[in-house]
Formats: sequence, structure tokens, C-alpha cells
Amino acid sequence: MNKILILAEAKENTFKSNAFEAVTAGKHIAEALGTGFDVIAITDASDEQLKSLGKYGAAKVYHLNLSELNSKGPAGIKYSHSAIASAAANFANTKGYDIIIISGTSFGKEIAPMISVKTDSAIITDCTGYNAADGKISLKRPSFAGKCNTKVNYLSGKAVITLRPNVFKAEAAEAACEVEEITPDSVNISASDFKTCVTDVVVSSGKLDVAEADIIVSGGRGLRNPESFKLVEDLAEVLGAATGASRAVVDAGWRPHGEQVGQTGKTVSPSLYVACGISGAIQHLAGMSSSKFIVAINKDKDAPIFQVADYGIVGDVFEILPAMTEEIKKLKV
Amino acid sequence: MKIEVCVSLVPDSTTKVKVGASGKSIDEAGVTYIINPYDEFAVEEAVQLKEKNGGEVTAISVGTDRSKEAIKKAYQMGADKGILVKSDSADIDSFTVAKNLAAVIKEINPDIIFFGKQSIDYDGSIVTGMTAEILGLPYVNVVTKLELNGNEATAEREIEGGKEVVKTSLPAVFGAQKGLNNPRYPNLKSIMASKSKPIEEKPFANERKTEVAEMSLPESKGQGKIFTDGVSNVPELVRLLREEAKVI
Repeated sequence: MNKILILAEAKENTFKSNAFEAVTAGKHIAEALGTGFDVIAITDASDEQLKSLGKYGAAKVYHLNLSELNSKGPAGIKYSHSAIASAAANFANTKGYDIIIISGTSFGKEIAPMISVKTDSAIITDCTGYNAADGKISLKRPSFAGKCNTKVNYLSGKAVITLRPNVFKAEAAEAACEVEEITPDSVNISASDFKTCVTDVVVSSGKLDVAEADIIVSGGRGLRNPESFKLVEDLAEVLGAATGASRAVVDAGWRPHGEQVGQTGKTVSPSLYVACGISGAIQHLAGMSSSKFIVAINKDKDAPIFQVADYGIVGDVFEILPAMTEEIKKLKV
Repeated sequence: MKIEVCVSLVPDSTTKVKVGASGKSIDEAGVTYIINPYDEFAVEEAVQLKEKNGGEVTAISVGTDRSKEAIKKAYQMGADKGILVKSDSADIDSFTVAKNLAAVIKEINPDIIFFGKQSIDYDGSIVTGMTAEILGLPYVNVVTKLELNGNEATAEREIEGGKEVVKTSLPAVFGAQKGLNNPRYPNLKSIMASKSKPIEEKPFANERKTEVAEMSLPESKGQGKIFTDGVSNVPELVRLLREEAKVI
């Protein structure tokens, strides 16, 4: 009972931390439920890459070659979310898994609802914790962009679970990893499964995305004009950080919406979040207060951002930002 | 062209969340409800499509009587018809919403269906995909650009650090992300007209697969180290980040 399947996502044929986090979380959940787990990977990753999942305790990896899968669909596609979801769901249905664990990346979020319907499972997304009891697990997930947490139970026997990236830690647990190849035919894939096809992936010009960054430097109204964001970008550069923005400056057209952090932007939990000239409106706090360390720089000592900050300086952002950039440069020499 | 847009009503993003007496949902006292902000991009896209190609926009919501406010907002922005699948309780899980939406959409048999990419209350980001899958339709979520050419659709979808170009064919379901368009501000005339416009009600079927067992507020952090001497504190701050927090 309670067989667990982990879908390991590879980006450009390489497994990233989110895949290892999913394997570790799946391993722990399997242990807590007294069951085993398997991994499925739909990718053109090398055998060596596939076996790297064994370093996190994956003893069995089922591998479906992405190029082979794509050969069942239209020519010239990169991948198809719908076909990948069909393949994973059909595989899970055939083998009888009860819990399917997927990392909640943009890819995972897209395929998880399809897989839940195809496997007749409940779905609980963006999980940050779990509790195992009586052969079932309940999941903890933030709601209202982190203003509160909910503990959610699934009522049917089966569940699809997505994990918030960067929350569960990947832990080394060496296992002898066996890779078993599966074919598109064995999971009943046909041309009709290719309902959506990705024909191109465009990477923003070398910019680190706030959703993936370990450090974020964010700016708000306190920077007074779009040009001053140079100060934020300079600090971000020396820290190897992504630049973020408050809703006010995105709405004002100073920054692209992809940088917006908050309830109507991105919810982030980096190791370090530096808020510059951001007062800390409740909808902004909701999106970043789960960051491990928060630094606030604001001229108003009563700004709400200081209530969630681990460190802060009350003062002029135009003086402090360049000084921080210089001070950190010194460390790097 | 038959165009559907699915909308929901959510607490305003300035809401300070408190846990209600049941311990399983928020305290609704003093909460202002608005149309889910991402749904505005969905309504705008639907109305623009109607203005370009002709047709009819139907706004659908699943929820209590209160959810009519979301449909009225869609009316103000240019939707023609509204349907509320009316539940007595606000405690509805995503699967139930998707099932009820799918039942209504199946009857109408539209050419295209829009959602907001997620609602800002439970942030599940799953109703769009489940509804599409129940209907057997293709779907693309987090869409920032959409081009239609006959039945062929090309969508741009935001991903980490870039975008995907996704091709599909209608009928299809799309989840709108900020940036897809600029939602219009309703004028006074449309606001007045929306008040008396009828909303059709349909019966609700509960098909839940999940339940909230408990809701709690995040643990608050202790007071941080806040310095008040401006730029002269920078070396100390950087030292703490390096030696105490060990994050740089």
C-alpha cells in the first residue's frame, strides 16, 4: 500500500536541486509511511545523470527518453506538458502508485493538475511540510501568500503533491541506483496526447529570476525613480543576487512585472532578502517573510518592514546601498 | 465566438488574515472582498477577443451568493452573461470548483476559456488545469501573451528566468498572468448597468477530495537587530551577514 512515485524534473538534461529535494522528501515520506518509493524521469539526461539521483537514496529510476516520447508528436517540438503528464499518469496508473510527488516549479505546477485528474487523485500544491499518521499524510502549505498556514488532508486514497522549491533539503543517502528504461508505447502515448507543444524556450538575457535566486535585492518607492534602481542592481551584482521589486514600482512601470515580489507577484523564500526603500505593505510582506534572513533599509524607523527584518538600518538608501556594495566588494577580493 | 471566463471572489490583498472560530478558515469579519486580481486579466482578454471577433462572453463563478460580486465586476468590464454555481458554504475545495465549472462549460461548449493563473487566497494554481483536464481540453497557464490564428493558438508562458512558446488549438483553456493586457477601469455607466443585470444560478454538487484540517498563523520572528545610525552602520551589518547569518 501507499506506493510513492517521485517525478524528477531535469532542466536541459541535468537534475537540479529541486529534483534532489523531491527525492529526499519522498524518501522521508516513504519511511514515515513504512513503504517504498520509485522515481520516474522523462528526459534526455545521460545515464550518469540519472544515476546521480541514487546519491539521494533513489534505488529505482524509471526512465522515459524525452526524444523518444517527442517522436510520437508533431515534428520540431521541445517538449509537451500534456504528453509528459499523460506518460507519468499512465505509468502511475499501471503500477498502482498512491502518492505522486512533484517539485512545484513552473513545469511541475503545469503538469500536476493534469496528472491528478488522470490518476483520479486529490491534489495538494506548494507544500512546505508534512505529517504522517495512520498510513496517511497531511500536508502543510502556506495560504494567502504566506499570511497563514493550512494543514490539508486528502480524502481519497490517492494524492498528487507538489513541493515548494527551496524548502525541503536534499540529503545525501547513497543507494545503488538501478535505471529501467520505459517506452512511450508501454505508457500508451499517442499523437492525441500532444495537446500543447512547447516550440521554443526564450531565456531572459542572463537575468537571475527571483523565484530561483538564493539572494534577492529588492527596491521600492523609496528609490524615488527608475534610474536609482542602478544602486539595487549594483548590490545584487556583487552578491550574485536577483533584483526584485515592490508592487508600487512595478505598477508605476519602473520595473518589469517578473520582478514583483508579493501576494500578486512572486512568493519567494531565499536565504537572504534585502529590502531597499520598501515600507513593507502587507501584500509585500506576504510574499517574502518566509525568507531565511531579511535585511531592511529604510529611512522611516516605523516602516512595517522592520518588524519582519532580522537586520536593518534606518537611514538613507542612497548612501547605504553604495556603501554596502563597496563593503561587500572588499570581502570578495 | 463563444468565450468563457471563470472568476472568483477573494479577500483583498491588504487583508490582515486572522483565523476564524472554526480554526479551519479565516475570520471573515471586516474583510473586503474583490475579484481575484489575476481574473481581471482573464476578463480583459475575453472582452478584447469579443471586441475583435464578435461573440459573447460568459462569466462563471462557483461559490456562495457573495461571489456574484466577481461576476458583476466582469459585467462592468464587458461580459455579457453571468452564471453562479451556487454553494451554501464557502468551504469548497479546488476539485469541487473544477468539477462544477467543467459541468457548466460542457453545456455551453465554448471556443475558448480564460482563468486567472491562480487565486490569491489559497494560491493552489490548480483549478485551471483540473477544469481543462476534466473537459479533455488543452490548457496553458501563466500566459503573458496570446495570439490566435483561426483555431491555432500561440501562447507565451512565464517560467523561471524566461518564457516558453506554447502552441495549441482551440477549444482551449488559458490562465492569465499579469502582463497579458491592461485591465480596463469600468466607467460609471457600466457600473450602474451591472447592478441590475441578471445572474443565472445553477445547482452545486460537492465532490471534495481534500479538506482543511487546521489553519494557523506563521510564527512571528523575534525582534531583529535594527541600527539607527545610517551609513556608518554598514560595516557592522555586512560583518553580521557574513559571520552571524553566514549568508554572504
